Amino acid sequence: MATTRMQLRYLAHARSGDKGDTANVGLIALAPALYSVLVDQVTARRVAKHFKGMVSDVERFELPNLNALNFLLHGALDGGGTMSLKTDAQGKVFSTALLRMEIDVPRKLAKEWRVKDD
Amino acid sequence: MSKKIRIAAGQGFWGDWLEAPVRQVRGGPIDYLVLDYLAEVTMSILQKQRSRDPNAGYARDFVSQMERILPDIAERNIRVISNAGGVNPRACAAAVRAAANALGLGDKIRIGLVVGDDLMGELDTLVSGGAPFANMDTAQPLSDVRGQVRSANAYLGMAPVVEALRQGANVVITGRVTDTGLTLGPLVHEFGWQHDDWDRIAAGTIAGHIIECGAQSSGGNLLKDWRSVKRLEDVGFPIVEATADGSFTVTKHAGTGGVVNVASVTEQLVYEMGDPHEYITPDGVADFTSIKLKQAGRDRVHVSGIRGGPRTPYLKVSIAWFYGYKAVGTLVYSWPDALDKARAADRILRKRLKTLGLEYEQVLTEFVGVDATHGRLGGVPDPEIAEVMLRVGVRARSKEPVERFTREIAPLVLTGPPSVTGFAGGRPPVEEIVAYWPALLRRELIEPAVRVEMI
Repeated sequence: MATTRMQLRYLAHARSGDKGDTANVGLIALAPALYSVLVDQVTARRVAKHFKGMVSDVERFELPNLNALNFLLHGALDGGGTMSLKTDAQGKVFSTALLRMEIDVPRKLAKEWRVKDD
Repeated sequence: MSKKIRIAAGQGFWGDWLEAPVRQVRGGPIDYLVLDYLAEVTMSILQKQRSRDPNAGYARDFVSQMERILPDIAERNIRVISNAGGVNPRACAAAVRAAANALGLGDKIRIGLVVGDDLMGELDTLVSGGAPFANMDTAQPLSDVRGQVRSANAYLGMAPVVEALRQGANVVITGRVTDTGLTLGPLVHEFGWQHDDWDRIAAGTIAGHIIECGAQSSGGNLLKDWRSVKRLEDVGFPIVEATADGSFTVTKHAGTGGVVNVASVTEQLVYEMGDPHEYITPDGVADFTSIKLKQAGRDRVHVSGIRGGPRTPYLKVSIAWFYGYKAVGTLVYSWPDALDKARAADRILRKRLKTLGLEYEQVLTEFVGVDATHGRLGGVPDPEIAEVMLRVGVRARSKEPVERFTREIAPLVLTGPPSVTGFAGGRPPVEEIVAYWPALLRRELIEPAVRVEMI
């Protein structure tokens, strides 16, 4: 199938939070058709590769009812909470770092979701 | 028409918009106002404040906010529920009582104080009784750090809130009651839900989760189509309109700014989420994969279908313990070669710290504008970048190396690379690190001591 390489920012929105040294990123597809693409392509393994050197390991959970995937990024916050020296000690913008990732989108869908001025 | 209860959120954290509670009370009809002030980091800060002043350790903002709304809530029979008590709910309740009396509302305000979450006095008895308080993240026993423990609080659920309401309280002040318990409590009280009606308990818990961060579910911090979110200067905080069957609608007062839509609610639902099948609270286990969302009119999202399971035999305990010290220093370098100058300054600083023989557990450098939030994913910086902020943090178990670090930042201005500014704030402060130690304890060891006092 013909595909187009696209950044997740055009296909999903996201929010992140923290629990101790783990950041979570909820990745929400902009439409149900895009959710199944995310399920196929945004695997725990690929997300771990995306964040290589920044997190220790990655878990993924599926929420088809919300068209969302939830990622737990362990060891992401330099100890987290009050320990961390990072600007983003509580992982608030890890979500947008995930939106930089690129995936292959079926061309028909990609056309529909490509930004207008792209 | 079936009975509908309106629960309005007025604070999403300690430090949230001071105008929100009064706007929720005066902006339209509500039955309950819930004010959440606590987070893991907040408990550590409040504990530090109490260690300096035995009358401190609660969210003082709450008292001044209550002064503004006490006449309204007395007149309109609105009930307020808050965990503003932090690590000192008794002092918090006394301050609100004094404020009510000063306003001449002494007999109209009935404060229900929830106590029993503070385990500090019982800690050694519990440990010698066999409770290891093993760290949930590291499995270490608490005995490793017992000498440094500053506070220990159990996360209580909705039960004491329900009891306070039953006794007629119109202001309920708690310590470490869960954020979600503040909303679930009034629903259980109003609808008479059984504590083991797990689907409804889960529904009330998720209602609480959606509004516990204030405007974060009504347009604030909303990423999707963020430019189209209107009038955030006048943002309406979220309101849950609940019915007895466990379904509810998330909305906000008419005429306010922001937006309530499926995207705004979904972003809040996934915030701080772990395993979505098992959102564990003291009151039950909610399944986030069962939630159904539907836009039901402008700024109205209907939530239904929620399933839940039985509560666990444990309560989570949040233990604050003294870990060490940290400090963060910053300097700003300007074009040309801003990033290279900032990097050179970082190298010089690190060499000086090394020459002085100072040892740290961690020295972390970030270049704000280049890599602070996304690390290497930020990509190759523009060589013509206008400025870069050098931000260096250090952490150590002892104070001395951290203290000396704070004196090594300013000298870089005259002894380091050129085109540097932004040091008017003087030396950065040395901060104590009070770290968080999560543990589980069987609930029967805690719950018998939880009680409500009418103040």
